[in-house]
Amino acid sequence: MTFTTQRREVRSGVGTSADRPDGIPKVKGNFAYSSDLSAHGALWGATLRSPHAHARITRLDIGPALRVPGVSAILTYDDVPGRKVFGLEEADQPVLADGEVRYWGEPIAVVAADDAEDARRALEAIVVEYDVLEPLVDPEEAARRDETFRTMTVRRGDPEARGEVVVEGYYDTGMQDQAPLGPEAGLAIPDGEGGVDLYVATQWSHVDHEQIVAALGVPPDRVRVHLSGIGGAFGAREDVSLQIHLCMLAMHTGRPVRMVYNRAESFVGHVHRHPSRMWYRHEATRDGTLVRVTARLLLDGGAYMSSSRAVMANAAYFAVGPYRCDSVEVHGVMTRTNNPPCGAMRGFGAVQSCFGYESQMDRLADALGMDPVELRLRNALAPGDHMPTTGQLIEGSLPTAEVIERLRAIPLPSGLDATHPLHLPGGTGLTTSPGDVVRGVGYAVGMKNLMFSEAFDDFTEVRIVLTPVGVEIHTAAAEVGQGLITVCQQIARSVLDMEHVAVIFDDTSQIGSAGSTSASRQTQMTGGAVLAATTELRDRILAEYGADRLDAQGVWREGELTVSVDELCQRGPAEHHVRFRHPPTARPDDNGQGDVHVDFAVAAHRAVVDVDPELGLVRVVRVDTVQDVGKVLNPRALVGQIEGGIMQGVGLAVMEELVLDGGRIRNANFTDYLLPTFADAPDVVAEFVEEPSHFGPFGAKGAGEPPTISSTPAVAAAIRAATGRPITRVPVHPDDIIGL
Amino acid sequence: MRITITVNGVDHSVDVRGPESLLHVLREEMALPGSKNACEQGECGSCSVVLDGDVVCSCLVMAVDANGSTVRTVEGYADHDVLHPVQTALLDGGGVQCGFCTPGFVVAAAELFDVNPTPTSDEIREALAGNVCRCTGYGAILRGLEELAARNAGGGA
Ligand code: FES
Ligand code: FES
Repeated sequence: MTFTTQRREVRSGVGTSADRPDGIPKVKGNFAYSSDLSAHGALWGATLRSPHAHARITRLDIGPALRVPGVSAILTYDDVPGRKVFGLEEADQPVLADGEVRYWGEPIAVVAADDAEDARRALEAIVVEYDVLEPLVDPEEAARRDETFRTMTVRRGDPEARGEVVVEGYYDTGMQDQAPLGPEAGLAIPDGEGGVDLYVATQWSHVDHEQIVAALGVPPDRVRVHLSGIGGAFGAREDVSLQIHLCMLAMHTGRPVRMVYNRAESFVGHVHRHPSRMWYRHEATRDGTLVRVTARLLLDGGAYMSSSRAVMANAAYFAVGPYRCDSVEVHGVMTRTNNPPCGAMRGFGAVQSCFGYESQMDRLADALGMDPVELRLRNALAPGDHMPTTGQLIEGSLPTAEVIERLRAIPLPSGLDATHPLHLPGGTGLTTSPGDVVRGVGYAVGMKNLMFSEAFDDFTEVRIVLTPVGVEIHTAAAEVGQGLITVCQQIARSVLDMEHVAVIFDDTSQIGSAGSTSASRQTQMTGGAVLAATTELRDRILAEYGADRLDAQGVWREGELTVSVDELCQRGPAEHHVRFRHPPTARPDDNGQGDVHVDFAVAAHRAVVDVDPELGLVRVVRVDTVQDVGKVLNPRALVGQIEGGIMQGVGLAVMEELVLDGGRIRNANFTDYLLPTFADAPDVVAEFVEEPSHFGPFGAKGAGEPPTISSTPAVAAAIRAATGRPITRVPVHPDDIIGL
Repeated sequence: MRITITVNGVDHSVDVRGPESLLHVLREEMALPGSKNACEQGECGSCSVVLDGDVVCSCLVMAVDANGSTVRTVEGYADHDVLHPVQTALLDGGGVQCGFCTPGFVVAAAELFDVNPTPTSDEIREALAGNVCRCTGYGAILRGLEELAARNAGGGA
């Protein structure tokens, strides 16, 4: 049977600003986030947390709480049926406190009750007595006591190399919070056969699943983790928060249980960006060629490990930035203290050291009497060079010089615009008079590894199913808002020439892991898997039918439709499954040397700030950027990643910090933890460099993290330029500007 | 106590204990979870609704105080498949990523455009300064709404 029909071109393929499939439900308010889930007869879960940063529990009595009306269950350490600890890199964190609490807010007991109010009353009725211990909260002291998660040294080249011009400095970064707007939440439903279904907002359902079944002590097939709607993540959803607690409560009560953290609890319920203290020495020749970089990086991991070891590695490997240097020594120490646990946040270790090395590059330029942009260009890392730290040969693309040069060519904004108080440092508070305002411009360049490193077996699974109405992509990859779902659709559309593509989020029993939505990895990994799976399926179909073309109508040979899509779906092949891996990486040797990374991206940022030097107020006027993205798959989504990432970098530069006092967070709320608002948002001019990655789909590189890395030091540099103050710590406080 | 609130044109009568916020009652008792609960302390705007004509943070309003009132939530802006212009503008600009802030932006922006169909960029920024978005950096939201304002100024062309 042959049909003669006109071919139709696919409209929303790769390179277009295709619409998000979840956009309409999101603007209508119909999109179901994890905090919106409920089930008939569901109980409310709640968590009792430690009021101390360090204490021994001398008495724990749940008796009175069990008598609170409406209470169905109260569980403590003794009730954890299986492995009593969990953790991303190493299981070191008790599911519920094991007799000692090691950070403020550590979970001690969980409750299930008829409603939220009953659950709250039950928490109040639990009797806990503590022997309060001195918390270890000073990372330097922890380092002296060898309380560490990882120490490492990266050593490369001639340790005797010396430059004529030497600059040194200490730099600090504060503890930042991801603050995704969607709070931690989930719903666990027992299946009546000894198992449970968990619906939760997570960045990696399979790694949650592993930790849940271990803690429950049940075979893996008893637990299914389903992705629910995710209200942002930025690293905050990599670790388990309420997942195990919910499953325990549901299994124990035999009833569905839901739990939603409020904002204060969210601040203690997830890990944070590691605060850091860094010492750097840069040595260069008189013409500005880097000769040697030495650094000591001290990051505080807090009470439990989370992903601290990998964060330490990243901070150390990217401690020099995208610059050539053949003599490098970096010591990294990741401490264990009684501060809140720290782990993944966008930029993952590369953020901290970028503030250090970029502050140093400005200091060096100053000492050399050289233009800071020229200094960066002179040392810019390029393919064919070796990573200054690990010695890895840079393959593929790394357009460092190009991003810097193009950034410099973007015209600067005109001077202070005093037409509206929003444009002044004091904003609508009307504190600043325009005549006092000084302007500064600062540049910074950053670099990040893409995907997982250090020999991690990094893979993702995708199953493609052809149906009479189009294509289904099955995956467990988490769509946290970044637009992976759209990019996967676009890739499938372009390969299969079919407009209608549905992404179906499978639970952990239906498909293998997609890996984490982190490390800027999903476009290259799950996007790469979609490219591989659709290409292989198409090629199998063409071979099977001796055809030369496939599209939504069916199979074509020499311009004629030979098999309709309905028939193709019946006869097959109509399904294809892949487990996709990136090229392997190596473990480092004892000196931190080796091909530990698979791919890199660079970005450069230029910040323009207006400062009121009397009051120490800053307004970030504009942040311009040129980013190495490999290939633009969806321009609108890409700009979204860049602008959003810059905003978080600006937040770290001028306002975002968790303030600790004896291990206790003093500002675990949105009143005191300042998030940038519309009034703080700089304009952004973003350009891309498209030099294809050696293996990303269509040459694309991950793009989520670079915007957050060098935007912070660019703002700090601009404030330095405006005020002449040293600015060695972020976030910059008014006092740092006024000079008190 | 039993209270009655007209939400998106429909009367809802529910029993409340007393301390519940309007946000809680909308989400938990009236099956309208579109208004979001990002902070529940009046700092983020994700719970924005229109209460008797004013945009308020529904997390700060006691449900009992809204007894007898008229409320419009994010669920009350699209007419079935036809989106409100502000909803379309947010999508077109790329102003929706995770979308958790979106219900608040829809409500606050729709009310702004109701009063002033052609706001300037500064007026948009100022009107929406109480709505936090953690994903977009605000640029895409601004561009979408600026374009809507420009279209309105051009006579709806
Ligand atoms: S939830 Fe009401 S203002 Fe944040
Ligand atoms: S889109 Fe995620 S908070 Fe705005």
